[in-house]
Amino acid sequence: MIVNILKKTWRRGDLCIWLTGAGLALSLILTTALLVAIVVNAMGSFWPGEIQIFNLNDGSKVLGNQMNREIIPRYGAQDERQKTFRVQIKKGNRDIYNSDFVWIDENKIKTVRFPEEVVAVARREWGFFFGYIKEVLDGDQVIARGTQESLKVVQSLLPKVIANNKKIEKIEKKEIGAINYKLERVRLKLKKLNLKGISEGAVVDDLNQKIPGLKMKYNDLEKKLLGLRNSQNTKLTLQTVEGREKTLPLAQVLDIYDPNSFSLLDKLGYFFKSINDFLWDDPREANTEGGVFPAIFGTAFMVMIMSVLATPLGVLAAFYLREYARQGTMVSIVRIAVNNLAGVPAIVFGVFGVGFFIYFIGGTIDQLFFPEALPTPTFGTGGILWASLTMALLTVPVVIVSTEEGLAAVPKGTREASLALGATKFETSWRVVLPAVMPSILTGLILAMARAAGEVAPLMITGVVKLAPSLPVDGLWPFIHLERKFMHLGFHIYDVGFQSPNVDAARPMVFATTLLLILMVIFLNMAAIYLRNRLRKQLSASAV
Amino acid sequence: MLVTTLKKESLKQDIQPSNGLTMKTPGFQHDPDLMIRINDVNFYYGETQALKNINMILPEKKITSFIGPSGCGKSTLLRCLNRMNDLVEGTRMEGDILIGGMNTNDPALDVSELRKNIGMVFQKFNPFPKTIFENIAYGPRIHGMKDKKKLTEIVEKSLKSVALWDEVKDRLNSTALALSGGQQQRLCIARAIAVEPEVLLMDEPCSALDPIATTRIEELMVELKEHYTIVIVTHNMQQAARVADLTGFLLLGELVEFGPTEKLFTNPSVPKTEDYITGRFG
Repeated sequence: MIVNILKKTWRRGDLCIWLTGAGLALSLILTTALLVAIVVNAMGSFWPGEIQIFNLNDGSKVLGNQMNREIIPRYGAQDERQKTFRVQIKKGNRDIYNSDFVWIDENKIKTVRFPEEVVAVARREWGFFFGYIKEVLDGDQVIARGTQESLKVVQSLLPKVIANNKKIEKIEKKEIGAINYKLERVRLKLKKLNLKGISEGAVVDDLNQKIPGLKMKYNDLEKKLLGLRNSQNTKLTLQTVEGREKTLPLAQVLDIYDPNSFSLLDKLGYFFKSINDFLWDDPREANTEGGVFPAIFGTAFMVMIMSVLATPLGVLAAFYLREYARQGTMVSIVRIAVNNLAGVPAIVFGVFGVGFFIYFIGGTIDQLFFPEALPTPTFGTGGILWASLTMALLTVPVVIVSTEEGLAAVPKGTREASLALGATKFETSWRVVLPAVMPSILTGLILAMARAAGEVAPLMITGVVKLAPSLPVDGLWPFIHLERKFMHLGFHIYDVGFQSPNVDAARPMVFATTLLLILMVIFLNMAAIYLRNRLRKQLSASAV
Repeated sequence: MLVTTLKKESLKQDIQPSNGLTMKTPGFQHDPDLMIRINDVNFYYGETQALKNINMILPEKKITSFIGPSGCGKSTLLRCLNRMNDLVEGTRMEGDILIGGMNTNDPALDVSELRKNIGMVFQKFNPFPKTIFENIAYGPRIHGMKDKKKLTEIVEKSLKSVALWDEVKDRLNSTALALSGGQQQRLCIARAIAVEPEVLLMDEPCSALDPIATTRIEELMVELKEHYTIVIVTHNMQQAARVADLTGFLLLGELVEFGPTEKLFTNPSVPKTEDYITGRFG
């Protein structure tokens, strides 16, 4: 009886259906869990945490916000009551305590309370300060005393200070940077002429005449900078919970607030401001703070160059394979090779990129066109062009495969119709087949972009750096600097998460950057999918 | 006009195909420049011979149909006329097909010029995945027409001549693939005549259509024969009987009988033809 039922169940394949369903469910759960973990952690890092005072049994105090709580692992503790916990507190003030974070066993904590008068100060250096403001000084003159009064004064002064800082930054990075760049170009031009044996004449004089002008501008800017710096002489005297004092120039302050008095609206405001800063700022403090804008830009730009290089190459190769080559053993072998190429470990491509693109091609370019800069390499070192080319090689098989599939799906009749009208094979390929396979090409591109945006290993050796001094696109001739090194979100995650000396402080950055990378890949894919669907709609029937 | 690549003299010779149809057969016009002459054509797919010694004359501005069971070579013969068999690797043709002074089997012939003059409509309707307008304008465009106004005129004229204009004039810029099967096939015919060919080849044009659409296409063929020499391959003997002026019956690569349709269907001179049209085999 039971055997019969089991037999029936087996024959009907119920078990199999259950298994397939379970497989799908498991994958969904894993993916969702991963996404939820990343989103929660990333978003949590933008939310303003409340500051607590922990009074410990030994009489000391710790001020900070609680980040984590975990069981203290202890052998033999099976009883629920024997379990003890510890909490991780972010206490900030790295310059005073040497570390931002501390673990405290819960049984050592006597009381916990939320102080009302407490401030969090985001600083340019040393991370957060948590504590009190004793007074605000303008030069030697006290203009405010006590935390509450000082906070109001500082908050009213802060916008001006930040604007001033921006001015300083602009002069430092853009204007002085531009002059240095121009001076360097003049120097290299002179050297180039010198290498050609020209050391005097109108051209050389012309170039030499430019130098004093540029140097004068440089000096002017330095004076201006000094003036701007000296105009800021407001200082804060801060006090830690133990009563230790610290003087902080207001110019060092990025933001100051009292999280414990925040309403929900204030918190939301802070949340969105943090996200905004994260997206658009440059990194600070060895990448553990600040924003990731250069990495976003580098990733997007690299993917764009990669797409521009890989798509035409892949499409051409696929057209030759499917439309022109005589279908036979040779083409089959090539096809298998192309398919396998998509599975070659990425680092292998990276090594090839270094050997071929950077040392061979880049080195040759340097010798032919930039001999004046040697021994400093121009193209003979990692850069965004080489990284993109390497990525293009890595992703071109994906484009080839999907274009070929698209070509195989274009009906023979469509080609015949065109040929029968007197079109040549080229006209047929160009005007009928290519538009018809456009959706497949875009599918290939989507996959290629997703892969290129997420790949890190080959980039590490072909041009990605921890901190790039300037973006590959700027306002200086020739505007697009393909030889420059760049930052990349994937590498940023690796660097911040695993190469940082201050792992705890960097953790929020890791999650936020991870989320951003995922969102970016999703965004790129969505854009391409939208485009593809629009094309498909145009091409295919809505009703047949 | 057609390009003359052969001496006119050789064309003027009175070719006598084996089936007895000559230039003097009553009821047919005899402009040697416009008719299609198939002289001793043999065709091979690799080692397999698909057509054996075909000789026929297809008169201009008439409908000639090829009938016969599957694999008899009727489609191959049709595709010899515009060299579509070139697309199949390992094929070889012997003999001459003379169309209005061009020898289609001339290796030096500009195939694209030939195909411009010989339009083709396929069994499975195959509009391009483009708009209706672009489908029709495609042919004139590749032959160098850029003038948008003229293209619009051609599109209208071509669609009108297949009686599709009224049905699609409001959605010329929507995809052609959204049309019904019959409409798509008429669109394909319009596309073929947009380049103003002189011959129209139709390879089982109605086999993928329902009876109503079939009737419309047949009516259309009869209308079109005023301007075009039409050659049609069909599986459907009633269709051949309804539309064709001349019918050729092919069997295993050989032309068994060729003559006026009425005679072939009512009084065939070869017993095999009778067997086929009465349904004893095939």
